[in-house]
Amino acid sequence: MTFINYASREINCKIVYYGPGLCGKTTNIQWIHEQANPEKRGKLVSLATETDRTLFFDFLPLDMGTVKGFKVRFHLYTVPGQVFYDASRKLILRGCDGVIYVADSQRARMEANIESIANLATNLKENGFDIRTIPYVLQLNKRDMPSAATVDEMERLLRFRNEPMIEAVANKGTGVIETLKAAARQILLELQKS
Amino acid sequence: MAKLDLVMFEEEYKLLQEIIGRLQKDAQAKVVFLVDKNGQQIAASGDLKSIDATSLASLTAGNVAATDGLAKLIGEKEFSLLFHEGEKDNLHISIVGKRGILVVLFDQNSSLALVRLRVKKASKELQDIFDQVENRAQTETGVGARFESPFSEITDEDIDKLFGD
Ligand SMILES: Nc1nc2c(ncn2[C@@H]2O[C@H](COP(=O)(O)OP(=O)(O)OP(=O)(O)O)[C@@H](O)[C@H]2O)c(=O)[nH]1
Ligand SMILES: [Mg+2]
Repeated sequence: MTFINYASREINCKIVYYGPGLCGKTTNIQWIHEQANPEKRGKLVSLATETDRTLFFDFLPLDMGTVKGFKVRFHLYTVPGQVFYDASRKLILRGCDGVIYVADSQRARMEANIESIANLATNLKENGFDIRTIPYVLQLNKRDMPSAATVDEMERLLRFRNEPMIEAVANKGTGVIETLKAAARQILLELQKS
Repeated sequence: MAKLDLVMFEEEYKLLQEIIGRLQKDAQAKVVFLVDKNGQQIAASGDLKSIDATSLASLTAGNVAATDGLAKLIGEKEFSLLFHEGEKDNLHISIVGKRGILVVLFDQNSSLALVRLRVKKASKELQDIFDQVENRAQTETGVGARFESPFSEITDEDIDKLFGD
């Protein structure tokens, strides 16, 4: 749900990072937080366990500048990837404008990737969204891992709607901004249709 | 269709802001926020410098969402009120209509009873405006029905500019 405020001339968009446990969702938004101009970023809020696993969500507000005289602001959220936090994941998808799916390139995590996409489809549906039409980007993260599957293989298993697919090494920042940009493009183009 | 954009026009925004400002004074609260259930701040009044409003909005929405989840688990529709009592400051959180959350931060200069009373009155007024906004969203197909959307011609260049290249 995009919040367009004609009084203050602001557009707020909610973007959710989704994916299996330890795939690198939090790392993506930590990198964005570190790189962003301190004047344009808000505080990074992380509700995490003592071992740095996301417990409820991470949240980062970003001021992006203006489009057609409107201030654009992104609210980035990550979900907890661990399977048993499903109820929380569902809540965080509420009212989202777009999803960035972060896949873990390690071969051993391919099944977890597939399950997590299926889980995303279900949870989107329960929030009234359709995974086939919502703005959506596929990020192949951890490309640096020696046990990484090939891009072709991952594409065959995980890409299902010709969505933008971006290779990343989130802890080095590779592909992180590009991914966000691909999501932003889709969301803003979606605004045109409404 | 789930994607009902919340579109707020100048007049409605002014009214909301007015109600929130009045509530803050009448309840002798430090700060009053109106937040939407997705965590976006809609209006605020009071000593805003003392607090990180964006984080507050997001955490409040998370809190309400989690509490909603709990309510459903035990077969309740929702818990319409949350109260957090601190050593000095207290938070009174209540639901307004389907998508609004009203947050009142107050200290010993006020009291729970007073806050409750004032919130009740303000909620009713806020609800009316929310209903208006909602009705419009439902009867008109998007913004375009009322006037030309400013976003009809977003270019790739516009998007590149957002990312500073
Ligand atoms: N080698 C490598 N490690 C990465 C990469 N991205 C993230 N990591 C590491 O993977 C671990 C988990 O990353 P997180 O970002 O916490 O994972 P998450 O998806 O938020 O996990 P949950 O919160 O449990 O869902 C951390 O130790 C990161 O430093 C990457 O591209 N390459
Ligand atoms: Mg995490």
